[in-house]
Amino acid sequence: MAIHKKPEDTRIVVGMSGGVDSSVTALLLKEQGYDVIGIFMKNWDDTDDNGVCTATEDYEDVIRVANQIGIPYYAVNFEKQYWDKVFTYFLDEYKAGRTPNPDVMCNKEIKFRAFLDHAMSLGADYLATGHYARVEHREDESVMLRGVDENKDQTYFLNQLSQDQLSKVMFPLGHLDKSEVRRIALEAGLATATKKDSTGICFIGERNFKEFLSGYLPAQPGAMETMDGKRMGMHDGLMYYTIGQRHGLGIGGAGDPWFVIGKDLKRNVLLVGQNFHNDALYSDSLKAVQIGFTSDRAKPETFRCTAKFRYRQPDTGVEVKLHGDGTATVRFDEPVRAITPGQAVVFYDGDVCLGGGTIDEVYKNGSRLDYVG
Amino acid sequence: MNGIYLDHAATTPVHPEVARVYTELLTSTYGNASSIHGPGRSARKLLDDSRATASGLIGARPEEIIFTGGGTESDNLAIFGTAEARSDEGRHIITTAIEHHAVLNACKRLENRGYEVTWLPADREGRVSPEDVRKALRDDTILVTVMAANNEVGTIQPIREIGGILKEHRATFHTDAVQAFGEIPVNVGELGVDLLSASAHKINGPKGIGFLYQKNGTKLVPPTSGGEQERKRRAGTENVPGIAAFAKAAEIAHASLGQRRERHESFKEIMTGTLEKSGIDFSVNAGQARTLPHVLNLSFPGTDIESLLVNLDLAGIHVSSGSACTAGSVDPSHVLAAMYGEGARELRNSVRFSFGYGLSEADIRAAAEKTAAVVRRLAGQ
Repeated sequence: MAIHKKPEDTRIVVGMSGGVDSSVTALLLKEQGYDVIGIFMKNWDDTDDNGVCTATEDYEDVIRVANQIGIPYYAVNFEKQYWDKVFTYFLDEYKAGRTPNPDVMCNKEIKFRAFLDHAMSLGADYLATGHYARVEHREDESVMLRGVDENKDQTYFLNQLSQDQLSKVMFPLGHLDKSEVRRIALEAGLATATKKDSTGICFIGERNFKEFLSGYLPAQPGAMETMDGKRMGMHDGLMYYTIGQRHGLGIGGAGDPWFVIGKDLKRNVLLVGQNFHNDALYSDSLKAVQIGFTSDRAKPETFRCTAKFRYRQPDTGVEVKLHGDGTATVRFDEPVRAITPGQAVVFYDGDVCLGGGTIDEVYKNGSRLDYVG
Repeated sequence: MNGIYLDHAATTPVHPEVARVYTELLTSTYGNASSIHGPGRSARKLLDDSRATASGLIGARPEEIIFTGGGTESDNLAIFGTAEARSDEGRHIITTAIEHHAVLNACKRLENRGYEVTWLPADREGRVSPEDVRKALRDDTILVTVMAANNEVGTIQPIREIGGILKEHRATFHTDAVQAFGEIPVNVGELGVDLLSASAHKINGPKGIGFLYQKNGTKLVPPTSGGEQERKRRAGTENVPGIAAFAKAAEIAHASLGQRRERHESFKEIMTGTLEKSGIDFSVNAGQARTLPHVLNLSFPGTDIESLLVNLDLAGIHVSSGSACTAGSVDPSHVLAAMYGEGARELRNSVRFSFGYGLSEADIRAAAEKTAAVVRRLAGQ
């Protein structure tokens, strides 16, 4: 809900990562006259063999930028919470043959829970981050909207935020394009203006995903088969593959390219098929768990909206049926390719992000596609 | 923001009198103390005078003082210097779990190089036991290094007792007195040490200056190579203005030793008394031990260190947890871990208040009241 205070009396903690987005977030708020505090969150110890730690490098950037802007800066360590709430979940999901979304979990449990609590303990009115999303603090409730930069919109990862969390959050970049953010950083001469965007999962960074994962979970190579049981070669371990993936299968020969269709966990077999639009990749409904909404208002048992099943995918019209126990059935207006258990299904009403859940089971014509997990 | 600086154990403001001497010398006495000309001789004279002052304050002879680039360098010179000089006689080193990182990490590095290090524990008051030292001694022990007083909780260590035990053993005895020098009397003869480290910036001198006392006859191979300054024990042009400023700061500190001890003891009482009156829950770490007068380490149940330190800073109370930081976040204190065990709550809720130049009783009272308010809010009391 809206807080009516003068900017100088409004304390805002900015989660600063050492990247350009959060740097500009802090700058914009400072320019608007708020009482801004920059805080760096250390969630992962990635000190390498040479003693180099990207967290230390990133914190150096936070220091430089905070001094340029003229705000106090601090750091906080959530390594333990991150390990318990995000990394453990991440490994468990892979063990279960699913494709987890650690960013969604990190936002839900770390950034907008542990870190938000920390910000509040410092007397903050709001926590601000450099996410590309908008939040409007209306008189009756706070509403999350897509970022105006369609290509960068991050509401998909923020879908699990509750009304309580949302009411204490600001996303100052939500009305900007990424290119504008870079321009603002350059004009202000911020030390991070030309810093490369981080890619991939934060704790893996630029490292090889397979190598990283194999350090935590034993890889069990097995057979690759078509849906009718024809052996196509070997896979390196089911956890390295996700539904709909094309690259890394190593199946040569003529004809259409090959794709991951599913996984047979019991037999440790990776199911593959030809053609991007392989029929077995398509489904028409799903069952989701851990359904949460950004609004506290009661939802009708059944409603229509649009949905995303993965990041940066165009919306699909859906009908959502809530079962009252935190689960829901989501029917798609038209078949959708490569719905992946473990990923988020996120609901929208126009620009408003309504909330979402975790994809648990996938169906076609009323029967469960157990081969996708 | 006009805050109250209560982190004098981390570093101190330079005393105005010291600053005057220092800045004056930067332009007036610029000669290289090794040069044979007039400006060189002026610098050399000042260096000799400073050495005499420093040695006099700890009961040493002037030639036993090696000026260095600070406490860490002194500790490294002592530890690596002894290890190299005596590696033929043995490769066993005794130290404690509560040393400053300058000693801790130097010993760890030697451990990686094949030396064997015995890490002695501390009790719940942060005290190391002389008996433990005696038990750990072996024929091949070449170095015992135990801090004179702990920098985080202030516990004064039984250096004299350990020195007595080591009279019967050929191991070199080093003490890191960086936190103790200038706060309590330190006499090398009484303590029975062979090597002693001290630093200027902890006692209102400039940063980047320290000394190592090396008892005559103590073997040391300096890890750095270069010119023959400091009798070949510390290569590099002497920072004469800094050294003279150090001597000045040490002089001032020692002239006011008793008076400052009384003042700091009363600060401790005001601090704890005000906190008690406020009704918040707290305890004094190492509260039963003999501690440095200017160090007060407090535990506040129900709070978390990271939030506590930031809140205090935002409220203008500049303190620290006394331990090192990684990427800016607070690592659990290895000293408190040694005292209470790894999982103890004190590791997550303790703050070091340390007193020094320029503070008034009113400052301490104000700081205690603000601290109480922050703690009350965080702990929901």
